[in-house]
Amino acid sequence: MAYVAVKGGERAIDAAHTWLADARRGDRSVPELGTAQIEEQLGRAVDRVMAEGSLYDPGLAALAIKQAQGDLVEAAFLVRAFRTTLPRLGASQPVETARMAITRRISAIFKDLPGGQVLGPTYDYSHRLLDFALEGSEPPDAKQARPDAEPAPHVHAFLGGEGLLEPDEPQVADPPDLTRQPLRFPADRALRLQALARGDEGFLLGLGYSTQRGYGGTHPFAGEIRVGEVEVEIVPPELGFPVSIADLTLTECQMVNQFKGSKTVPPQFTRGYGLAFGHSERKAMAMALVDRALRAAELGEETGAPAQDVEFVLYHSDNVEATGFVEHLKLPHYVDFQSELEAVRRMRAAAASSLATAGSGEGWGEVGDSRKTEPAK
Amino acid sequence: MSATLLSARELSFAFGPIPALRGVSVDLWPGEVLAVVGESGSGKTTLLNVLLGRLRPDAGAVWYRDEAGHLADVHAMAEPELRRLHRSDWGFVQQDAKASLRMAVSAGGNIGERLMAQGARHYGNIRAAAAEWLERVEIDPARIDDLPRTFSGGMLQRLQIARVLVTHPRLVFMDEPTGGLDVSVQARLLDLIRKLVSRLGIAVVLVTHDLGVARLLAERLIVMQGGRVVEHGLTDQVLDDPQHPYTQLLVSSVLQ
Amino acid sequence: MNGYNFAYLDEQTKRMIRRALLKAVAIPGHQVPFGSREMPMPYGWGTGGIQITASVLGPADVLKVIDQGADDTTNAVSIRRFFARTAGVRTTTRTAEATVIQTRHRIPETKLREDQILVYQVPQPEPLWRLVPSRAETRRMHALAEYGVMHVRLYEDIARLGQVAISYDYPVMVNGRYLMSPSPIPAFDNPKMHRMAALQLFGAGREKRIYAVPPYTEVRSLDFDDHPFRPARAPQACILCGATDSYLDEVVTDDRGGRMFVCSDTDYCAGRRAAA
Repeated sequence: MAYVAVKGGERAIDAAHTWLADARRGDRSVPELGTAQIEEQLGRAVDRVMAEGSLYDPGLAALAIKQAQGDLVEAAFLVRAFRTTLPRLGASQPVETARMAITRRISAIFKDLPGGQVLGPTYDYSHRLLDFALEGSEPPDAKQARPDAEPAPHVHAFLGGEGLLEPDEPQVADPPDLTRQPLRFPADRALRLQALARGDEGFLLGLGYSTQRGYGGTHPFAGEIRVGEVEVEIVPPELGFPVSIADLTLTECQMVNQFKGSKTVPPQFTRGYGLAFGHSERKAMAMALVDRALRAAELGEETGAPAQDVEFVLYHSDNVEATGFVEHLKLPHYVDFQSELEAVRRMRAAAASSLATAGSGEGWGEVGDSRKTEPAK
Repeated sequence: MSATLLSARELSFAFGPIPALRGVSVDLWPGEVLAVVGESGSGKTTLLNVLLGRLRPDAGAVWYRDEAGHLADVHAMAEPELRRLHRSDWGFVQQDAKASLRMAVSAGGNIGERLMAQGARHYGNIRAAAAEWLERVEIDPARIDDLPRTFSGGMLQRLQIARVLVTHPRLVFMDEPTGGLDVSVQARLLDLIRKLVSRLGIAVVLVTHDLGVARLLAERLIVMQGGRVVEHGLTDQVLDDPQHPYTQLLVSSVLQ
Repeated sequence: MNGYNFAYLDEQTKRMIRRALLKAVAIPGHQVPFGSREMPMPYGWGTGGIQITASVLGPADVLKVIDQGADDTTNAVSIRRFFARTAGVRTTTRTAEATVIQTRHRIPETKLREDQILVYQVPQPEPLWRLVPSRAETRRMHALAEYGVMHVRLYEDIARLGQVAISYDYPVMVNGRYLMSPSPIPAFDNPKMHRMAALQLFGAGREKRIYAVPPYTEVRSLDFDDHPFRPARAPQACILCGATDSYLDEVVTDDRGGRMFVCSDTDYCAGRRAAA
């Protein structure tokens, strides 16, 4: 039968989309998932999509998660694509995390401290035993009234007072913006932090973990982790004073690390910083570990571990870029592959014929011997 | 083989189809410097690795005589024994000093390491020994706490030498110890090596492509080509009156 | 807790862990690999210690669990509750009453006895890990007792800072043969390990290693003859019980630099106050 060229690409794609929508909906006898349910009851997924999508909008993130069938990287991609369409109205004032209305605030470096250790809602001390009661539906407990969240001073203020901790860096007037300009090196700390804040949680988790296992270690301690709401303020030019436009939930992590110093320079603890949208401790902590590792060169430490390689970390931490390029391998590459096929066939033919002619001789000739046996062409 | 320190007999080794050593035999007596010369591809580096115990020969054996006079087959030794040998009786000065030094450890720490590995536990004494050796290799002892990354190429090589010699090994292997250094730096380094080796009575196997280095440091030499020893004898005799055509070629190619 | 074996682990797993423990006790300070199981607590939160405790616990045992020296820290509470539910054993906060003590980052101030077992939670069992990240290489180094590089680390500290800068997880030589990580206890606690009457067991769940120090074993902190090891503590006295020989916690009282110091070992402190 004569070969018939493959056609109908568009029809195939339409069919794929129809099937996708069908698969996304699943069994029609099961109630459809509402975006409000995702926003309320899968809050951690929503937080992650906001962070990696670089857009704080829980409703949109919930929608993206529904549309992506729970694939969080796909959802972050949807959010980023939407973000591209939004006009940039201006920049806010730096957010004051010291004034955060605290839901959760812990420090691993002091047993107790002003503001206290506020556990908040956390999995940390739970036992990871599947709770089969959640499979069913029980009449819910009434939503609990919580005391007003109080601000608490940052822990680093206590260490800073004695000069034990390196001070905050001076504020950058015009921070770089990765969403507007391409990544360039050398990348200063503001740029690195922005990249990490958008970076894939899993990738940063692995890198952070590696620093704890000897690949560029820095003896980290969790100086403080705080979760809660902060105000976003802008200063409209017409008014000339700050106006609050939104409340965001943020997770902030300050790591206190390896001190630097000598017999003559009094040692000081150094810092790593992590910040993420929503309640995202794993991300904020991993980010703080990697932030500190990326400062190794500037702090005069030995480098060479993957987490300390600025280009390696920043280039590969964006999961939307990464998934794009990894998954692009699914696109047709048969033209390039055809040329590879031809090249391999030619080389195999040449090797086969040279083996046939080599026979019982010295083989490859003597080392340093200028008499070489030429393969028959 | 009476009274030799190191003896190799009929060593053969091939990388797949490529023969790198063919029936090579070598003897080394205590306190003497033997040069192994040849161009790249001659097999001299392979010979070095077989003598060191790093590469197992396809045929032949390497024998080492310890201080008590016991002869041991280097390739029949268990790994712990060989590693102990490398840490005590033997030393290896590599062409790239950075590969042998700990770049994040101070000069003093680098020199003191072999002492500490052998059980030295007095900080003051270790430090004093390190300072003494820095002086011997003509590095300012005030640099004892400096990191090697602040050292020049020649200084790194001298630091490596101090690190290796601090435990007074009986046998030191050297692989192109002056490779990659400026000519004036080379001359100073060679002079230092010559002085130290003769003062400490160390036996040396020196691998080099540079006939000038061989002439300056070695009493005897072997010339390798294509995995074989084509000529051997007293350095001056071989270099002044080469018999084998390849040796003649080497000697005549040296820029005067 | 229905459907679970005594102390959660099944008997096969306990047997596997006990074999590892026996091997560890037979070779003091040597790290024995074991098939660590996924537990209901995360890796890094004491799964190694928990697996050891689960394997040695019997119905007649009395269990104490501390973290940073205190019984009421959240992780200690969580672990103690776990064993109360899965093993039904009696629990206590009194060190003297316990037969098994699981600890994170402290050794109790109260001297331990021959009939007691101290189970340490270990994050990183390999004492050379910061100097040599490859496990394959560190295994060789332990087998050949090649510990020069650790002494180089101490030398560097003294050369650079005038003293050894390691303040916790200070490396020790056990039985004169193996270099061991005592877990992140403060260096102050190291001397307690030397010839301790109790059995000391160490569990690292994430890294999957078990090691042990049998009773009355020599444990020496690494040092130089002319820079001997000196355990350090804050110079203050405990504000609650007045102890000057116990390890102290620093508590920040206000944001103007106010501080107070209290015993980290809450049972020790309470005992002193009761006796006073």
